[in-house]
Amino acid sequence: MPLLEISKLVKTFIRPDGSEHTVVNLNSFRLDDKMQMALKGESGSGKTTLLHLIAGILKPDAGNIVIAGQKMSFLSEPQRDRLRATTIGYIFQTFNLMQGYTCVENVLLGMSFGPKVDHAFAKALLLLKRVGLENHSAHLPRQLSTGQQQRLAVARALANDPKLVLADEPTGNLDQKNAQRSLAIIRETCRENGAALLLVTHDREVISQFENVQEFADINQTSQEETPP
Amino acid sequence: MTIWFIVFKSLKQHAFSTIVTALSVALAGGLLMSVWSIKEQSEATFTNVNAGFDAVLGARGSKLQLVLNAIFNLESSPGNLEWSDFLDIQKNPDVELAVPIAVGDNYRGYRIVGTTLDLFEETEYAPGKKFALQPGGNWFDPLRREAVVGDFVARKMKLKVGDTFHPFHGLIFDEKNQHSETYVVVGILKPSNTPADQVIWIPLEGIQKMSGHDPKMATEVSAVLVKLKADSALAGFQMDQMYNRQGNRLTFAWPIATIMAELFDKIGWFDRVLAMVSYLVAIVASASILASIYNSMNERRREIAILRALGARRITIFTSILIEAASISALGMLIGFAVYVAIFSIAASIIREQTGVVLDPLKFNAIMLWAPAMLIVLGALAGIIPAIKAYRTDVAQNLAPTS
Repeated sequence: MPLLEISKLVKTFIRPDGSEHTVVNLNSFRLDDKMQMALKGESGSGKTTLLHLIAGILKPDAGNIVIAGQKMSFLSEPQRDRLRATTIGYIFQTFNLMQGYTCVENVLLGMSFGPKVDHAFAKALLLLKRVGLENHSAHLPRQLSTGQQQRLAVARALANDPKLVLADEPTGNLDQKNAQRSLAIIRETCRENGAALLLVTHDREVISQFENVQEFADINQTSQEETPP
Repeated sequence: MTIWFIVFKSLKQHAFSTIVTALSVALAGGLLMSVWSIKEQSEATFTNVNAGFDAVLGARGSKLQLVLNAIFNLESSPGNLEWSDFLDIQKNPDVELAVPIAVGDNYRGYRIVGTTLDLFEETEYAPGKKFALQPGGNWFDPLRREAVVGDFVARKMKLKVGDTFHPFHGLIFDEKNQHSETYVVVGILKPSNTPADQVIWIPLEGIQKMSGHDPKMATEVSAVLVKLKADSALAGFQMDQMYNRQGNRLTFAWPIATIMAELFDKIGWFDRVLAMVSYLVAIVASASILASIYNSMNERRREIAILRALGARRITIFTSILIEAASISALGMLIGFAVYVAIFSIAASIIREQTGVVLDPLKFNAIMLWAPAMLIVLGALAGIIPAIKAYRTDVAQNLAPTS
């Protein structure tokens, strides 16, 4: 049974001039449990919008998304929030760390909106250790290098033991060395945690390391040059 | 990690505006509590201070002036009354005690009052409490130029037993109006927390026969403090009729508490103005909470979007902003208690210096509960608009960039 199954998904935005712009028009897509897949596509092709739809941050205009057996279109917004908090980990290109929170607090934040976690602090420290930040638990994000910030974002994304990790250009802001290290950590930790990984990127170096690669343009039947609003 | 922690982090992150806004709440809360508390406590205290007497007999004039002059040692005397008037009221079968006083002199601004030893030996200035001397002192000899000094005056003027001084003519100190008589301090009163602490007490004859005073004054007194017998329920009413309705030469100020309550009625408008100012400050303080959180909403949008992306519900974000606004108020009210104590203490020290009446800033008043509650609720209400803005934050738009 697939972990993620998408069918006939449509998302349209209204442009400032009032005209409609369909960003996602996806007939069918699936990701199996514990599978790691790279979704390849150019900037502005709607990959982020797809991830937002999967995460329940955006609501589709049509179609179905089923995650771990739960049909998103049947869920209210609070239920989608809950599903996101319990089932999905999100890694952003720009990390989106809470700047006023220390590293350990950022990881703890990742556990805050799901079910209660026993020994949360110890678990947060363990995750920091796993991504090589055990000596930075009391540091603020701005006190970390870019690579360290991305690893902190990985630790936070895994904090709620997600079944599905969504990674949006996770190496886009990193140099090659840090990109390699971050990518390795993301893939290894997902494997260790039994989480499936859907990584969107346009980086050929990254794509080359995945066995499962899907060209986004092949499944998204819409114009790909325009940036969604 | 709870919603409280998220609120705490936000307050810490916006520490400067949090502190400034909390200070404005503190000022509002402190003002509101002190204005209210001083008003209520001073009204209760002033209407209860009667120096142990029920009424004051004096020259024809305002009852309030008579009470302020004879009991609180404020205001000037409305005039004198004959010694025979004192003897008449003293002999009245309904009168338990009548004590004459004479005023007209001061020592460096502190009032000198002539009286008889009855004031100290027979009067209970409060139930079960009589005036007492500090160790090493004596009451004055009515036939000598001796003085018993109130505790407050003694401390302020550094007077001690054995010291001498020259009285000055009038109730307002003027270096040029020194009398030639020399008085010896023979006793210092123990603190009574009454207007008696503000006075230098000398024998009645001392004022009556002071050099330079009108010779007519030798047979006059400024007022008579009157204590009615406890079982003479109608005595006050009858004497009120006799002196105030049937007579036209004297004024019988009775009952003292009612007359003082009239004073507070007269200055009630001033309380209302102060209370109005406090309410306005409270509203401005709440508006400042609204402004400070609202203005920071732009920089918060991204963090709100991150929290939402991590699974926080809209209502969680909404509630956290309300709690944050209420917390700023609560923090302000904590500081507000310090502002209250400071304002109250300054006011109490001025009131004590002027009247001898002691007000206690630590005495409980219901305002200490409802002012903080009101300001915290106002703070939370001020958070509603920014909370709605936070509630509506578009997550996807604020998680830029997109790919």
